[in-house]
Amino acid sequence: MKVYADNAATTKLSETALNAMMPYLTDTFGNASSLYDIGQQAHHGVQNARETVAKVINADTNEIYFTSGGSEADNWAIKGVAEAMAKKGKKHIITTAFEHHAVLHTVKRCEELYGCEITYLPVNENGIVKIEDVENAIREDTALVTIMYANNEIGTIQPIAEIGKLCHEKGIIFHTDAVQAVGHLPIDVKAQNIDMLSMSSHKFHGPKGIGALYIRKGIRIPNLIEGGAQERGKRAGTEAVYAMAGMAAALKEANDNLAENMEKVSALRNRLIDGLLKIPSSRLNGDRENRLPGNVNISFEGVEGESLLLYLDMKGVSASSGSACTSGSLDPSHVLLSIGLPHEVAHGSLRLTLCESNTQEEVDYIIDCVPEIIERLRSMSPLWERLQKERGNA
Amino acid sequence: MEYSEKVMEHFARPHNVGKIEDADGVGEVGNAKCGDIMKMYIKVNDGIITDVKFNTYGCASAIATSSMATDMIKGKPISEALKLTNKAVVEALDGLPAVKIHCSVLAEEAIKAAIKDYYEKNGIEYDKELFKEDCCNYEHHHAD
Repeated sequence: MKVYADNAATTKLSETALNAMMPYLTDTFGNASSLYDIGQQAHHGVQNARETVAKVINADTNEIYFTSGGSEADNWAIKGVAEAMAKKGKKHIITTAFEHHAVLHTVKRCEELYGCEITYLPVNENGIVKIEDVENAIREDTALVTIMYANNEIGTIQPIAEIGKLCHEKGIIFHTDAVQAVGHLPIDVKAQNIDMLSMSSHKFHGPKGIGALYIRKGIRIPNLIEGGAQERGKRAGTEAVYAMAGMAAALKEANDNLAENMEKVSALRNRLIDGLLKIPSSRLNGDRENRLPGNVNISFEGVEGESLLLYLDMKGVSASSGSACTSGSLDPSHVLLSIGLPHEVAHGSLRLTLCESNTQEEVDYIIDCVPEIIERLRSMSPLWERLQKERGNA
Repeated sequence: MEYSEKVMEHFARPHNVGKIEDADGVGEVGNAKCGDIMKMYIKVNDGIITDVKFNTYGCASAIATSSMATDMIKGKPISEALKLTNKAVVEALDGLPAVKIHCSVLAEEAIKAAIKDYYEKNGIEYDKELFKEDCCNYEHHHAD
């Protein structure tokens, strides 16, 4: 059996999205800036896509700026605000320790570029930011609060509306990296007091290479790319209409089925969590309730994550891990360390992320496969042997 | 990062996995914090490593290098096993990604640690230069 369970990494392009893209890859190839018919058709394609994306998050159409994806949106939002606010003497940025690297590396860069000072808020052991911590971190010179909507590794959903409200009371710009949330959770930028929001199409069954940044009207940040008048002159370059159309179609589809998908995927997730936690010396990482519908992240003591996921791959299951060997460095995932896991427990983590096209049979297949792999790895693990001895089990 | 077919073969079906209860020498290197520990057991007869087994906690390349390295010293005289370099293990595996080279270093060190243990248990004089004490300070490679 082949089971794709890495939907937080990327998703399969939906049929609807593909169909929406095809005209712009074939007959309607015009440049959206051209005045003749196929140019105007392309222009309508861009505008329709923008309108669709705006509606889903309750933004106005001209508050949506297409980008190449989530990382670009994060970079633009953060560097843009940092540059604009530094001129006004506000150089303090608040973020969290467990953001995506697109945010962490960008705020780091703002230290060098604009002399910014960064506060990294801790998260609690369940992977949730405490609102009091945000409040206590705010200073006179705070320019920006950037906190992710939902964590990409452990799926925990942050108290975005409360943070937004707090920021607005204090007159601070609030950006959220909502790459894992858009298309999976209901979002209302107005009700939640969100000033800027990053999203990425390929996380909700749209094409790769396209995303968007929502910028609330009235917030002025420098242009990202100088050139033509595209994206209100803020991000120049001939529009990839096919990508925008695909993104919009995928997002509309996800949003039209949101309640149903959330219910279905949450049920699969809960079944998978319950099934895997039957394995001894395992733990769920991240809050069980405030959690993305599709996210499962479990640590198994005494095993190393890369071996686990490669043995799973041999069984046809695509998953991911927060071990050092998969992070490409010697340290395990900063997210797992931020919730207080010891290194050796973080090395043994497995992330499985489901979507609405996964089935109960697939989940049961994973529940069948994992225990024997854990058993096999533990039987050859000197770390497991040591843990057993320490606990008097050997 | 990509593993060679050889690495995947040895990872999928590692050779010499297990323990030797009455081992003549046991060596353990690495640590849990870094995500890899290798433990090697050797049986020695007349200066020949007649049997070798390993237990490894670690990534695919740690398991594959343990498998390959144990294959390479099995049935060999100790003098030859001591000459096994991590480079030879990497070559035998048709290469390792740069970030995984330290796994092969661990394998070389685990063998040496097992032989040292054998020497010490049997009161055999040995050249201490062959066994550097700071054996675990391998280079940390980072990839981005």
